[in-house]
Amino acid sequence: MTTRAFQKIYTKIDNITKATVTLRAQGVGNDELATVGGKLAQVVKIMGEHVTLQVFAGTEGLATDSEVIFHGEPPKLRVSDNLAGRFFNAYGEPLEGGEIVEGEEREIGGPTVNPFKRLQPSELIATGIAGIDLNNTIVTGQKIPFFADPDQPYNAVMANVALRAKADKIILGGMGLTNDDFLYFKSVFENAGALDRIVSFVNTTENPPVERLLVPDMALTAAEYFAVDKGEKVLVLLTDMTLYADALAIVSNRMDQIPSKDSMPGSLYSDLAKIYEKAVQLPNGGSITIIAVTTLSGGDITHAIPDNTGYITEGQLFLRNDSDTGRVIVDPFRSLSRLKQLVIGRKTREDHPQVMNACVRLYADAANARTKLENGFDLSDYDERTLKFAHDYSEKLLAIDVNIGITEMLDTAWTLFAEYFSKEEVAIKEELINKYWKKA
Amino acid sequence: MHGIISNIVIVKADGAVGQNEICYVYTGDTRMMAEVIKVIGDDAYVQVFDSTRGLKIGDRVEFEGHMLEATLAPGLLSRNYDGLQNDLEKMDGLFIARGSITDPIDYDAEWEFAPLAKAGDKVTAAGWLGEVKEQWVMHKIMVPFTMTDTYTVKSVAKAGKYKVTDTVAVLTDAEGRDHDVTMVQKWPVKQAVRCYAEKPRPSRIMETGVRPIDTFNPMAEGGTGFIPGPFGAGKTVLQHAISKQADADIIIMVACGERANEVVEIFKEFPELVDARTGHKLMERTIIICNTSNMPVAAREASVYTGMTIGEYYRSMGLKVLVMADSTSRWAQALREMSNRLEELPGQDAFPMDLSAIISNFYSRAGLVKLDNGATGSVTFLGTVSPAGGNLKEPVTESTKKAARCFYALSQGRADSKRYPAIDPLDSYSKYLEYPEIRAYLDEHIEKDWVDLVYAGKTIVQRGKEANDQINILGDDGVPVEYHERFWKSELIDFVILQQDAFDAIDANCPMERQRMMYKMVLEICRRDFGFPDFEACSQFFKGLINLFRQMNYSEWKSEKFESYRKQIEQYVSEKSK
Repeated sequence: MTTRAFQKIYTKIDNITKATVTLRAQGVGNDELATVGGKLAQVVKIMGEHVTLQVFAGTEGLATDSEVIFHGEPPKLRVSDNLAGRFFNAYGEPLEGGEIVEGEEREIGGPTVNPFKRLQPSELIATGIAGIDLNNTIVTGQKIPFFADPDQPYNAVMANVALRAKADKIILGGMGLTNDDFLYFKSVFENAGALDRIVSFVNTTENPPVERLLVPDMALTAAEYFAVDKGEKVLVLLTDMTLYADALAIVSNRMDQIPSKDSMPGSLYSDLAKIYEKAVQLPNGGSITIIAVTTLSGGDITHAIPDNTGYITEGQLFLRNDSDTGRVIVDPFRSLSRLKQLVIGRKTREDHPQVMNACVRLYADAANARTKLENGFDLSDYDERTLKFAHDYSEKLLAIDVNIGITEMLDTAWTLFAEYFSKEEVAIKEELINKYWKKA
Repeated sequence: MHGIISNIVIVKADGAVGQNEICYVYTGDTRMMAEVIKVIGDDAYVQVFDSTRGLKIGDRVEFEGHMLEATLAPGLLSRNYDGLQNDLEKMDGLFIARGSITDPIDYDAEWEFAPLAKAGDKVTAAGWLGEVKEQWVMHKIMVPFTMTDTYTVKSVAKAGKYKVTDTVAVLTDAEGRDHDVTMVQKWPVKQAVRCYAEKPRPSRIMETGVRPIDTFNPMAEGGTGFIPGPFGAGKTVLQHAISKQADADIIIMVACGERANEVVEIFKEFPELVDARTGHKLMERTIIICNTSNMPVAAREASVYTGMTIGEYYRSMGLKVLVMADSTSRWAQALREMSNRLEELPGQDAFPMDLSAIISNFYSRAGLVKLDNGATGSVTFLGTVSPAGGNLKEPVTESTKKAARCFYALSQGRADSKRYPAIDPLDSYSKYLEYPEIRAYLDEHIEKDWVDLVYAGKTIVQRGKEANDQINILGDDGVPVEYHERFWKSELIDFVILQQDAFDAIDANCPMERQRMMYKMVLEICRRDFGFPDFEACSQFFKGLINLFRQMNYSEWKSEKFESYRKQIEQYVSEKSK
């Protein structure tokens, strides 16, 4: 960040709290950046001549005579094609040294796309994972998070999805990423030879938490450059949004705001929506698709973070360890992709919607049968068959390490139906049964 | 301006300032709308309906002297507005630039005006002076709602083409002063329009084509209802289905703090879809107010009021209006953010203390009204609620429950097992079923004692659930076969009546006549006593039956296929029954 010669330097800070400093200054704009004792800060409140600044890296070591220089502008990112293949910190500065990217400066957290100018998402993103492609198909321009417990391999699944998704650019926004995970992403993308398609903005656990608040906006400003200016299909990966929300809570707490549910700020919904709603299908063919991770605590989705996220995103994907097969699966009950209706049976084979529903219904029957079994009751013949079906369904389709095309998934489902059930039990439209029922 | 906290700006005003007065904040070339929300001494706290980034101490603020108003005139139908009634379609560029303000109507368009009143007539606010044809709706030109006296019509323009700003009538008040009336008027959105003779109890049903609503818990025309449900339970799909199929003249959809892609779906689909009742495109009767979750929070609060005000305007023309808001929880959250910034002492979950009063006040604006000229009009309001954590005990749901008469609870359990629409048959209710007026209406329009049939069905579902609980505790063999029969009868009602495929062209919209037939057919089977030898035979029989019924639901009404399934069902049942 450069400063300009005519800028006034303030050297008297009135108040210092853990995250903010207040001083007397004039001509300061709201949201403007400043440097306080060499640390980056942003204006969050102006009261007469009292200006309150939020210091991203924390106020440790600042003194009342620390130098304060206002930059006269909100946070910006220089955008150009040269962003590709680079790793940046939360401020958009190159991580491993290297040249500063030349290009047009853009304000981050910019305006909203006019909803009337959006297009309806209609392009399927194939991932090869049946728990996604068959049951919860993802579409370009969609925003969908993985809801996962910290012990689940969500980052690995996400990296897999990103590489298979055939996106023009993949933008990684890492918040509170452990250094190990960061290196993992780096090596996966490198090994896949995809590094030239990747742009990363990373705040690791080694960096101050409040800095994370800049990461999604940085990532999405870069995404908008490639999608809007270049008409590219951009996939944005945000991990972990729970840590982002925690940083929001820290700031709001230090600014004496009244917390709402689960100690989260009352504006959590709007704060998260501003990020997720950047997902868009543009008229020029470009698109921004957001796949995020929201880690849960003990699978609790009623906590304010996953709860608000669920109301914003277009569905959610749950990972679960299936005890029956010992594989990690995408949970068919709790996962949902709201935009799948736009492509299934339209961009995929006609029987897709009904097959998908029948599978889930039969899988639910299996869950009931298992409950019966656990309670010590005898199982009916039908119950036994649903259990066998559930095992095969989980192993051949739901497991995240299965990688097959959608038509093959549908054929596999029909084979399983014919193997374990009668036509009536499957209860699918008769025309489809006549056409696709596999004679065993 | 001498203070900025997030989207609230503190202004030192030169003159008098009114609560809720509108003002404009100037920064550089940008002019942004704002509303006064608190006044302390000379300090006016105004919330800016836009981003306050870059605002500086000393920036200029101009007060307008009026509250936030909706512009009411011919040409509102088919438009797509933001929460402040800016026409989104007219905005340039891909992004919504700060301070974008566009006209809500086309001031240059000419309308074919036909007079309804004549010189010498006595008129009051909302009295009909003339009409123009807007799409296929006869849009009445009324005495502005703000003119509260009784007036004598001095002159009315002759039939012909006029712009909305042309004078179409001159009215004389009691003191002999003349008032020019044009086709455009303004009304402060936060005040209810009360220009009608009386507001009777609802006495008719509003059909929606959604079986679990129409058959089990009907919505009254001029009634209020709400749909709470955790995310993923299908609130929006259900609202869209209702907006497509409801038996209303005008539909106003308020997308309040929800997903942009859902609004895009309406933008893309409604201009294509045809309303089966009228043969016109759905968009022709629809107005969309869209303030998605990433648009400014303050305008989100305004959006529901803007929608309601436009609804009341069309109601005054004697039309049936359906106003829908998705989701009122986002509106409540906007109130919470505002209250929080004003540092008010919070109520439960940090919501403002008067949340309940604000919600019930808003719901009370809906209703069936008898106009001064004897015609009736109605605003039916249906809101969704997104309870935090799916917990129906949270403040927004509880406050709404006190205000709304129909409750369509979407259940996570039903959604998980893909039983859509996930309207819980036992928790949901329609208070209108208890209204003698509605009972009489149903007796006449569907059949005698229809409400008793509805309650009979509900009892079967209730008993089925109880039987199922017993089966789960005691095991399949641990209960008499009769329990299984009871359970499966409730499953029959569930699968055939309560579940409906919103994505199937035929099943999505089920007219009342078809609902009646299907419901009676199902009830008739439920009344039979089958006496199965064992529970396996019972479940097998009902599974087969449900499958046949589902095929029937997917077949075109009274088509050959439909009739053939009906015959198959009759045969299937008569073979098995004693």
